[in-house]
Amino acid sequence: MEFIHAHILTLILFFPVLAAVIVLFLPKDKPQVTRWTAFALSLIPLALSIYLWVQFEPGKPGFQFEEKYVWYAALNSSLHLGVDGISLTMVLLTTLLTPVALLASFSVSDRVKAYMFLFLLLETGMLGVFLALDLLIFFVFWEVGLVPMYFLINQWGSEKGERELWKGVKVQARNYASLKFMIYTMAGSLGLLLAIQLLGVLFQTYDLPVLTEKWTALEGTLLGLPVATVKTVAFWAFVVAFAIKVPVWPFHTWLPDAHTEAPTAGSMILAGVLLKLGAYGFLRLVLPLYPAESARYAGALAFLAVMAIVFGAFASYGQKDFKRLVAYSSVNHMGFVLLGIAAAAKASGTLDATIAMNGAVLQMFNHGLSAAGMFFLVGVIYERTHTRNLDDFGGLFPLVPVYGGILIFTSMASLGLPGLNGFVSEFLVVRGSWPILTVYTAIAMIGLLFTGAYILKGIKQVLHGPLNEHWAHGEHKLTEINTREIVVMAPLMALILVIGLYPAWILDVINKAVMMLF
Amino acid sequence: MNFVLPIFPEILLLALGVLILILDPFVKRDEARRPFLGWFTAAGLLVALTLSLLLARPAEPALVYGGMIRFDGLGFLFKMFFLFAAAVTALFFMDEEKLARRAEAYLLLVAATLGMSLMASAADLVMLYLSIETASIPLYVLAGFMKEDDKSIEAGFKYMLFGAMASAVLLYGFSLAYGFTGETGLYALALHFGDFNLLAAGVTFLVLAGLAFKVSAFPFHFWAPDVYQGAPTPVAGFLSTASKAAGFAVLMRLFTAVFPAVNADWSLILAILATLTMTVGNLIALAQKNVKRLLAYSSISHAGYALIGVVAFSQLGMTSVAFYLIAYVLTNLLAFGVVAIVGRVTGSDEFSAYNGLSRRNAPLALAMLVAFLSLAGMPPFVGFIAKFYVFLAAVNSNWVWLAFVGVLNSIVGLYYYLNVLKYVYLFRMEGEDEEKHPVPVSRPVAAAVVVLAVGILLLGTLFGPWFGFAEQAAATLF
Amino acid sequence: MQFPFLSVIVFIPLAAGLIILTYKPEWKKAVRWTALAAGLIALALSFWVYFAYDKAVGGYQFIEKYDWLPALGISLHFGVDGMSVPLVLLTGVVMATGVMISWGIEDRPREFFAFLFILASGVFGVFASLDLFMLFFFYEIAVFPMYLLIAIWGWVKTREYAAMKLTLYLFVGSVIALVGALVMYFTSGARTFDLLVLETVKFTPEFQKTWFLPVFLGFAVLGGIFPFHNWSPDGHVAAPTAVSMFHAGVLMKLGAFAALRVGIMLLPEGAKFWAPLIMSLALVNIVYGAFIASVQTDFKYVIGFSSVSHMGLVMMGFATLNQDGLLGAGLQMFSHGVMTALFFAVVGMVYDRAHTRDIPKLGGMIKPLPLAGIGLIVGSLVSMGMPGFSGFVAEFPIFRGIWHTDLWWMALIAAISIVVTASYVLLVVRRVFFGKMPEEFEGHIPPINVFDKTALVLLMAFMIGIGLIPALMEPWVLSGVRHILALLGGV
Repeated sequence: MEFIHAHILTLILFFPVLAAVIVLFLPKDKPQVTRWTAFALSLIPLALSIYLWVQFEPGKPGFQFEEKYVWYAALNSSLHLGVDGISLTMVLLTTLLTPVALLASFSVSDRVKAYMFLFLLLETGMLGVFLALDLLIFFVFWEVGLVPMYFLINQWGSEKGERELWKGVKVQARNYASLKFMIYTMAGSLGLLLAIQLLGVLFQTYDLPVLTEKWTALEGTLLGLPVATVKTVAFWAFVVAFAIKVPVWPFHTWLPDAHTEAPTAGSMILAGVLLKLGAYGFLRLVLPLYPAESARYAGALAFLAVMAIVFGAFASYGQKDFKRLVAYSSVNHMGFVLLGIAAAAKASGTLDATIAMNGAVLQMFNHGLSAAGMFFLVGVIYERTHTRNLDDFGGLFPLVPVYGGILIFTSMASLGLPGLNGFVSEFLVVRGSWPILTVYTAIAMIGLLFTGAYILKGIKQVLHGPLNEHWAHGEHKLTEINTREIVVMAPLMALILVIGLYPAWILDVINKAVMMLF
Repeated sequence: MNFVLPIFPEILLLALGVLILILDPFVKRDEARRPFLGWFTAAGLLVALTLSLLLARPAEPALVYGGMIRFDGLGFLFKMFFLFAAAVTALFFMDEEKLARRAEAYLLLVAATLGMSLMASAADLVMLYLSIETASIPLYVLAGFMKEDDKSIEAGFKYMLFGAMASAVLLYGFSLAYGFTGETGLYALALHFGDFNLLAAGVTFLVLAGLAFKVSAFPFHFWAPDVYQGAPTPVAGFLSTASKAAGFAVLMRLFTAVFPAVNADWSLILAILATLTMTVGNLIALAQKNVKRLLAYSSISHAGYALIGVVAFSQLGMTSVAFYLIAYVLTNLLAFGVVAIVGRVTGSDEFSAYNGLSRRNAPLALAMLVAFLSLAGMPPFVGFIAKFYVFLAAVNSNWVWLAFVGVLNSIVGLYYYLNVLKYVYLFRMEGEDEEKHPVPVSRPVAAAVVVLAVGILLLGTLFGPWFGFAEQAAATLF
Repeated sequence: MQFPFLSVIVFIPLAAGLIILTYKPEWKKAVRWTALAAGLIALALSFWVYFAYDKAVGGYQFIEKYDWLPALGISLHFGVDGMSVPLVLLTGVVMATGVMISWGIEDRPREFFAFLFILASGVFGVFASLDLFMLFFFYEIAVFPMYLLIAIWGWVKTREYAAMKLTLYLFVGSVIALVGALVMYFTSGARTFDLLVLETVKFTPEFQKTWFLPVFLGFAVLGGIFPFHNWSPDGHVAAPTAVSMFHAGVLMKLGAFAALRVGIMLLPEGAKFWAPLIMSLALVNIVYGAFIASVQTDFKYVIGFSSVSHMGLVMMGFATLNQDGLLGAGLQMFSHGVMTALFFAVVGMVYDRAHTRDIPKLGGMIKPLPLAGIGLIVGSLVSMGMPGFSGFVAEFPIFRGIWHTDLWWMALIAAISIVVTASYVLLVVRRVFFGKMPEEFEGHIPPINVFDKTALVLLMAFMIGIGLIPALMEPWVLSGVRHILALLGGV
């Protein structure tokens, strides 16, 4: 126990790798064994992070459970791990969504071993980003997570669908989407990479707390340019990298493709956790490293956020593909996260800013739950009908009442119905931003209106209206959601409800961290 | 004893020649005893080599026989290599039916070797001229030995005509030197050449022209390709190695003993000559389709490389020339040996005759690889070390541009040597049935090939002691 | 006296090659097993040397010195420092895996392995030599077997052309450097080829400026530096698998290493003067190589040009002349070595089975060749500098090194290559190993044998191991870098 307590972050971080290796050595011809092993092993990081949550002392300043091991001596970079309230929330989200997603992927029957292996590696990649307190390690995990995701989309993505590149040249849509995802993110990270190199060269360390202190205090000239200029450029390099990941309009175009083509569990993780990496980058790196620049360009960030909210909602409304609809909703929801961050950056230190920031962090968590749930539900119906075209559905509620109920519940959370989690966080964001960025917040409210519109449209097209007879009888008869799938949804729904009714338990942790940060 | 030692190898050679003449009638009648003469000649030459090494090594350089002969390390070193080259050539002769049948061939070989040995140690104009003629005349005959072959006869004649011409020029130079100074001893002449004057220029020019012919340097190289191509291959091998080395021995001695003062003015001309010799030889070699002609042009270019060492005109330079010649003798003998074997079996010296050789006889192909890569100057073969020393010497004497010319030329060389190996290793015979066309190698030739290949490798890796010999030899020049 | 590890390592391949040459042509099995045994012994010994090297002490270790030609100051002087010891290990790895991959060679295996081993001896020799003459000696030994190996066992269509081009390029480069070395020899006044002595000689700045370029570029030709890189893709493509592995994996490092040891370490002032030029050339390598690679349709050309790009990073690292850059370059040499060796091994496996390397004609190879597919994926990740793999550990410091210099903006341009590389390697992986397998290959793709698998796993282990734990190699290289920095006068 002593050992576990002292090394808990390392254990959480690397246990999935161990699990992945174990999975690799399971017999090839027993997919069921592989699935259960992977699932069972993924519960251990969850258990550890619950333990971490319990042991965590919200009131204590700074990072807790810090661990530090030299990784790359010549560059003075070490595996420096630690959590505060923000990262703790994200760690919990990740370790929760991974077993859920694994359970959701029991229907995958092609190369199960490789699938589970990649998924577990993905978990480590994501956790590493949240736990890292070393800029280089942060970047390492940031990039590493791409690889399993690339292959998950590329290999287990939807087999149908082609994408025309230019006249007559077509590629499989999942190939197109996966490469776009990879290249977008890598290209976006280039600026980040270069900026990280510059920081390392300047200060001979990558330790985040040290860097923050030195970099913000730096003045004079650098590389023959005024430091302010260099900082501005570096700031935008960071912003672009994270904005692509979030994604913020106009860098969002990879997202609908990737989400749509990814396998169900992949979409869950993608929307649930991967997008949060970008937002987390803003919180952990951009705001502390560039307080002045953030404040100066908060307006621009807010503008992008609002565009994401409004365009995301419109685009979502315009979709005929159920999955694309949900995908664009992520753009819309993540816009609120950025709006909160922008507000906090602009008026750093004020009460409003703190509220907005609280909202943003909570929105990250909430969106993780609801988006994962929504993608899963889309997956459930897709597996049965092999279509995602909204026009092919209609009036399914009587056929699948349980499924319909769950879908409506999750949609309502996404829509921001009071009493469910989405409301709490979006309210906080709007409440906090209003005094700081009034105009933008007002426009965002209009976006919120359309959020309701597209979600209701989705529900209507699938569940209500005239019944599409095709699904009522014979071999195409739609079957009800099964137990395993309900088990997948249960924890998500429970948390959605709990946070909606009693947000204090999580907000307390977040709030204290936010207060200390700013 | 002092009386015999300086010409001990020559005495043994003479004895060997006489013995061959005596033995000839006894073996002539019996076809089965034919190979005996070849073995006997080779063994005799090797015995002469061993005995000389054991008994007749020079101590301090000394002029003997009234200044006719200089008994020194350089001459001795060259003599030993002439004996070795002759022994190997005798083994190669045994495979060439027209040569092997006649005791005269062996006799002429021994006689030519005798002449070369004297060339290497001659220290008097008269002695020098006589020894050159002694070496040349048997070679004229050998080149034209194949009476039924027009090419061979042409080669013999051409060689003789050009050779006679060169001898005349050389003799004219010698006579000028004698006429103006009244001296014939090389080391005595040196005293009269103290300053630059018209006499020195004229003599140097004429002597240089004559010797350029012997070493087939530009612009007196025209005879070489035709003669090499026409002459029996082992003879061509001997011509291109021992004969050329003998020419260089004289050149080295003349330039260090007689013309040290004029050298500064002549070295630029020599450098240009070296450049042209290398470049012309290499460039023309590029266009060849016949291995013997290729080797002829390559031997011209090798004369050029060796000249670099002479240009450097330092002890290191002379050492490098000596080593270069040792390396070159070994390597080129092997090359011509292989060519002789293949030519005998396939009846052709065209590149295409070498198609699939590596499948027909892998060890022979390997030997050819060794020889050609050594010619190209690749380690771990002796050719690399030799070139290295020559360039080292050039750089040492501030002839950096000449070293650059040399290395660039060696790249051209690499191209055409590799080109031949392509036929050996890459191309296949028509019908791809190499297994049915083996290339047999007789025992004497095999022995010679092995000795040469091992020698090339040995000198290329354990070059220290050999460089030592060359250095000691060169030191005696100064 | 301690066991002469280095001379044994250097001469074991040669000895094995000569032994193999004495076998009868029909003894193909014996040839292969002898080759494998020699490869494994060399690998084991190089492992030993690697781990026994005391990186805390640094400097040259395992020194052996035998007088060879005292008159000219030539000695058989072996020793390794932190820069060369990983390269010795690399050579051991590539040699052993190269033998395993070439198990199926049917055409004159005796000559093949003999030539390959002569090559290996030459390579070991260059990395271990502390004598300038011996360095050249072994350098040339490493060059000429290449010609035969490519010309005889290479790809029928281009082998003659490529082999000749390669040999001539390399020979030109090396002999020009040779002249520079001779000039150094005399100018130093020390009359020795001993690198340890020459290192301490202070040549005049003018001299260094004059001679740095010929020496550095002469060797860098073999490192594939722009604009002398042209031989390399052609050579890679034409060469048989094991030779490509050697060629890209080790031989190109030979050029880079020699350029470092003779160019930069002996002529530090010259290096400082010309560094901007070298950096510019390397930048062209990096970016141009990546772009050209991305438009190739021949599997092997893709990798060939990617090597040009990656070797550009090595040169870039050298030219930064600072700790980060040199460290990165040292690591990159190793990383790129195992990576391309793996690439070419995989290409060879695919080509041997499908008889085409045209990417559009391939597909779906992952089913019959799963491990090869994984190998290629890992290689691609290394190639694109993905963190967690050796490529990142190597490339990151190189970029940092650029930031230290006045030409920091080059980092911005060079970074483009990362994305370009990522896009094309991923495309290649997908097109060759995934998607639908063309019908004519159905059932005609036999699985790879146990030797192939061993080789692949071994190579992958290095890339992942170093990527995850840089400490497995970084302290070694760093100790070498410190020495170089000292020679550079503590820049």
